[in-house]
Amino acid sequence: MPIRTRQDVYDVCIVGSGAGGGMAAHELTRAGAKVILLEAGGMWDNTTDSDMFVQPWDTPRRGRSTAERPFGEHDACLGGWTVPGEPFTTAPGTQFQWWRARMVGGRTNHWGRISLRFGPDDFKHKTADGLGDDWPISYDEMAPYYDDLDRLVGIFGSHEGLRNHPDGVFQPPPRPRCWEMLVKKAADKHAVTCIPSRLSILTKPLNDRPACHYCGQCNRGCKVNANFSSTNVLLQPAMRTGKLALRTDAMVREVTVGADGLANGVVYIDKVSRTEKRVDARIVVLAASACESARILLNSKSAKFPNGLANSSGVVGKYITDTTGTDVGGFIPSLVDQPRHNCDGVGGAHLYMPWWLDNKKLDFPRGYHIEIWGGMGMPGYGFMGGIQGYPPGGGYGASLKNDYRRYWGASVGFSGRGEMIPNEDSYCELDPRTVDQWGIPVLRFHWKWSDHELLQVKHMQETFRTLLQEMGAVVSSSMPTREQNYGIATGGSIIHEVGGVRMGSSSTTSALNANCQAWDCKNLFVADGGPFTTQADKNPTWTILALSMRTSRYIAAQRKEGKL
Amino acid sequence: MSSDFTRREVVGALAATAGAFLIPRPAQATEAGRIATHARRLAAAAGAAYTPKVYSAHEWATVQSLVDYVIPKDARSGSATDAAVPEFMDTMLDLEASMRTANRGGLAWIDHQCHLRFGRDFIDCADAQRRQLLDDIAFPRRARPEMAAGASWFNSFRDFTATGFFTSELGVHDLGYQGNTVLPEWTGCPAENYRRLGVTG
Repeated sequence: MPIRTRQDVYDVCIVGSGAGGGMAAHELTRAGAKVILLEAGGMWDNTTDSDMFVQPWDTPRRGRSTAERPFGEHDACLGGWTVPGEPFTTAPGTQFQWWRARMVGGRTNHWGRISLRFGPDDFKHKTADGLGDDWPISYDEMAPYYDDLDRLVGIFGSHEGLRNHPDGVFQPPPRPRCWEMLVKKAADKHAVTCIPSRLSILTKPLNDRPACHYCGQCNRGCKVNANFSSTNVLLQPAMRTGKLALRTDAMVREVTVGADGLANGVVYIDKVSRTEKRVDARIVVLAASACESARILLNSKSAKFPNGLANSSGVVGKYITDTTGTDVGGFIPSLVDQPRHNCDGVGGAHLYMPWWLDNKKLDFPRGYHIEIWGGMGMPGYGFMGGIQGYPPGGGYGASLKNDYRRYWGASVGFSGRGEMIPNEDSYCELDPRTVDQWGIPVLRFHWKWSDHELLQVKHMQETFRTLLQEMGAVVSSSMPTREQNYGIATGGSIIHEVGGVRMGSSSTTSALNANCQAWDCKNLFVADGGPFTTQADKNPTWTILALSMRTSRYIAAQRKEGKL
Repeated sequence: MSSDFTRREVVGALAATAGAFLIPRPAQATEAGRIATHARRLAAAAGAAYTPKVYSAHEWATVQSLVDYVIPKDARSGSATDAAVPEFMDTMLDLEASMRTANRGGLAWIDHQCHLRFGRDFIDCADAQRRQLLDDIAFPRRARPEMAAGASWFNSFRDFTATGFFTSELGVHDLGYQGNTVLPEWTGCPAENYRRLGVTG
């Protein structure tokens, strides 16, 4: 039992160092709070550990994935669909994949920096079409935080004035690559809105961070911090205040409560010594990821809260969604034999397509955005795999060698990323029979798509094939059938799971109030994707960051008033 | 305080004093070491005979022959063996045990076919005999049903060869990849690239 003194009581204990936890640490230390941040993974600092300029031949694996890095050995993110010793289970008939990052900075080491604000409709969709639920807050209430976030982190984009895709405080977007303009030409022809991407990558210096140098390897971690990661854009300034303690390899089991029913700290497993330890804190902020935060709450059982903490409504673990997804690619003959040039640009597409249609005229609710891929990217493991799909259908020898040169960069693809509507059959709960290697009960997932998602993905497939045809593409895949669920990606595989600790306007139907504060426990907050009442046709990170900023400023204000 | 604390817990005041954010740690050494070790190994191997870790001597000879049928030397660049593709393959099979069965099984299938047709191993066949077999499996859409296993294997062997070649220094230069470098500013692709696609940047 560690000796505890008065000094060991922190003002705030934050669980998780990704987007939400990093922002909470940034805001709360700046407001003067003494903060401890617990991270279940280890240290990793993009400025020193990144493989940004590692050449393909520099490693024996040539970039191939490893057990700890499923997206390739040079990818920044340590974690994956399976974490050794930390299983999850699925109910019979359920297909679900749960990505976990285990490192300082969490999934901000992984994502594509696609930084889209939710729009006015996204917060009030039930009012519009009767499905899902309304958020207890509106876009207007979130807008000032999005604005501050844009200024703090930096984002490029273009001012378009699209009603449900609000503009931000943008740096100039990079000029589209040649093949991207070919996509735009096809999109324009079919009245699909195609505009500059909105990515949190600097095109101008900001707050001591330099502009991008266009090496195209954002996913490896940026050695100069020209893109966003929680580690160096949020945690480093927080460290400089002298107010933040960061403890790694700390796997949180539960939040503990005192006789007064308030949270008084957390219990965690120190992974290195495999011993249980605790942190005392006056306020607890969970930002462990939507499902992991739900798991911690469900495991926080006490006499006062037998169903877990913040769960008198019974909704913890419920209403989980992931983004819908499907992909189609094709070979574009006009892109053969491109004159060589450096088309790396930023580490992501320079154009994208926000949702552009009116659902009233469609057979499904809610939209999707389209991400594009192509270009003469850095060769790596799997280079031009499946060359037999191109003319002349395989071969060997001098002609094959030349085919690789000619066809490199001649493929373009589309990935749809759409909104799933929360449903009663998609949720997680504690598996009563299984614990992880730390002895902590694990999550069991239940998952079911409805026609809302399936018909939306069908529309994605049809749209992509139309655009590819417009570009003169040879598409080798056939249109997936209804029996194949129209090619929808497995639940969880888009790594946008949100909900599970949702916020709402009633304590009987939600776990958190409009300040992401637990209805049942006023000094407990959630600051990851857990509070999301619904998805949107946007990637969630920008809203996780803005919402965490809002929650953290609320906590700071409450502390100042002596209410917390 | 234990050394465990100093290695794994970073306290803001400490980091601020030291003028550094995160302190040195094993992960960093591992990342750099992984690359340095490989670079040393490559340097040491240059000019020296490579001893396969997985392939038998016979398989090694077969692979060396096959990869150069897939990617031969031409006017622009060297062959797959020039780019050390067999060494890459053997190393990958050493690192990834799950890849061995299919890869080596295909080599055995090749020899079996050569024995059926010509009464000898692939490496003992004449060039025309080798090409006769490759022609039967290199175009999967027109391969005869009884060649399906060979055609399927050759798809993956061709992919494996292409990865080994085009991720080598020789292969990357052959392709003309010009990225992963520092650009002071991004001005888009050259005008010629937009023009030939009929688009404006």
